[in-house]
Amino acid sequence: MYFKLLDSRSIIMKKEEVPQDESNLASANFREMVYAVDDDGKYTTSLSTGWDPKKIALDNAIKEIEERIANAKTRVLNNETSPIEYYMEVHKMDLPVLASYVGMWQWRVKRHFKPSIFKRLNQKTLKKYADVFDISVEQLKNIDAGES
Amino acid sequence: MPENLKIDFAHNQSAHCENGVVSNLMKHNGFNISEPMVFGIGSGLLFSYLPFLKVNYAPVFTYRSMPGLIFKKFAKRTGIKMKREKFKNPKLARQRLDQNLERNNPVGLQVGVYNLIYFPDEYRFHFNAHNMVVYGREGDRYLISDPVMEEVTSLTEKELEKVRFAKGAFAPKGHMYYPISFPDELELKSAIVKGIKQTARDMTAPVPIVGVKAMRWVAKNIRKWPKKLGPKKANHYLGQIVRMQEEIGTGGGGFRYIYAAFLQEASAILDNPKLMELSKDMTSIGDAWRDFAVDASRIYKNRNAASSGYDEVALQLEALAHREEQFFKSLKKAV
Repeated sequence: MYFKLLDSRSIIMKKEEVPQDESNLASANFREMVYAVDDDGKYTTSLSTGWDPKKIALDNAIKEIEERIANAKTRVLNNETSPIEYYMEVHKMDLPVLASYVGMWQWRVKRHFKPSIFKRLNQKTLKKYADVFDISVEQLKNIDAGES
Repeated sequence: MPENLKIDFAHNQSAHCENGVVSNLMKHNGFNISEPMVFGIGSGLLFSYLPFLKVNYAPVFTYRSMPGLIFKKFAKRTGIKMKREKFKNPKLARQRLDQNLERNNPVGLQVGVYNLIYFPDEYRFHFNAHNMVVYGREGDRYLISDPVMEEVTSLTEKELEKVRFAKGAFAPKGHMYYPISFPDELELKSAIVKGIKQTARDMTAPVPIVGVKAMRWVAKNIRKWPKKLGPKKANHYLGQIVRMQEEIGTGGGGFRYIYAAFLQEASAILDNPKLMELSKDMTSIGDAWRDFAVDASRIYKNRNAASSGYDEVALQLEALAHREEQFFKSLKKAV
């Protein structure tokens, strides 16, 4: 049966085989705890600096976010969306998370993505967004102002 | 409250935050309970697929039960009473925290990860079900025992408020918790049996979104992804599975190794050699999950992979579903 075949190449996770691959964790001096068996088959814990398959998954997720940010930036510069969407991406948020932080309905936040609507927003609303993104209203209005 | 206040609290690193906080709080109160014990008694192990719910632009896959449930079930099954509080007002939340510290009582807190500045940047996502213990205060810094960290750390009053009042799904709302009463002796044996029974039942439940049925559903969808979503999105989804399986907190292999460690401990406590055998099986299942992660990562490493790779990992997942089904059926009979 096919699953028997797949099984045969499995190796038991042994303590000395806990992967110590290079990862984003290593740079932050961060080691995580994993469970593994020792020579007597007894469970114990061990610290790991990372594991390649995991690093690849995380790297891909980060690349994906970077692409989203770059894409949002282009659309702001082309006047297709407002800086709110750009900063939302910078902060790894999506619409539900941002709406929850500013305390508004999602449809309202989405409406503020429209450049024409964004231009007419009052100071109080702008300030709300700026506070959530931890920037000034000036930086919110002009996405290049924040990159010094 | 006085400027400096430090409760004598032993920080032990753990794989998973929720188990770790419970285990550390129990140890503080004189009960030597390991992380795997908390996880097993609290029926932490699971597999669930929620395709209609998107996080980080991908469906939700999870290898564990809902945040907070492990703790709740562990307390109920061992006969511990917990005090939990949530707050609307951050100031009140801080006052109540201070009061507890003054009473020499370390407390567990639910927090959001995005603003946890001591985490590596890449790990800071909008995930709101992280747990930590606060065990004191020095000046305006709170002393933090975060179980996934090797060492203790600290956060300013403002930083702590930010993570306690993070927004979005599972918003913590200042959630604070601590044990208030213990039985004379923990009812470990019956608690272990209850924990095992529920996990075995959930994993083999006739519901499409949980347990082995959910694994089969994911496998079925994986085969469709490359055509239906295109390679980019398909890879992103596959990456999300691997991340949920191997992310910090799982102890490796989607919590399967922690569960195997629990069965080993349970075997000794219940004097049940069958559980020792099953622990070995679970370790081998954990290894098969690791193989699955290796092969899945090969696919999304080269971004325009052929769809045959997807068929292969789908097959692996089905094999895993089959093994876990057999496993949990024997486990149910073993206790």
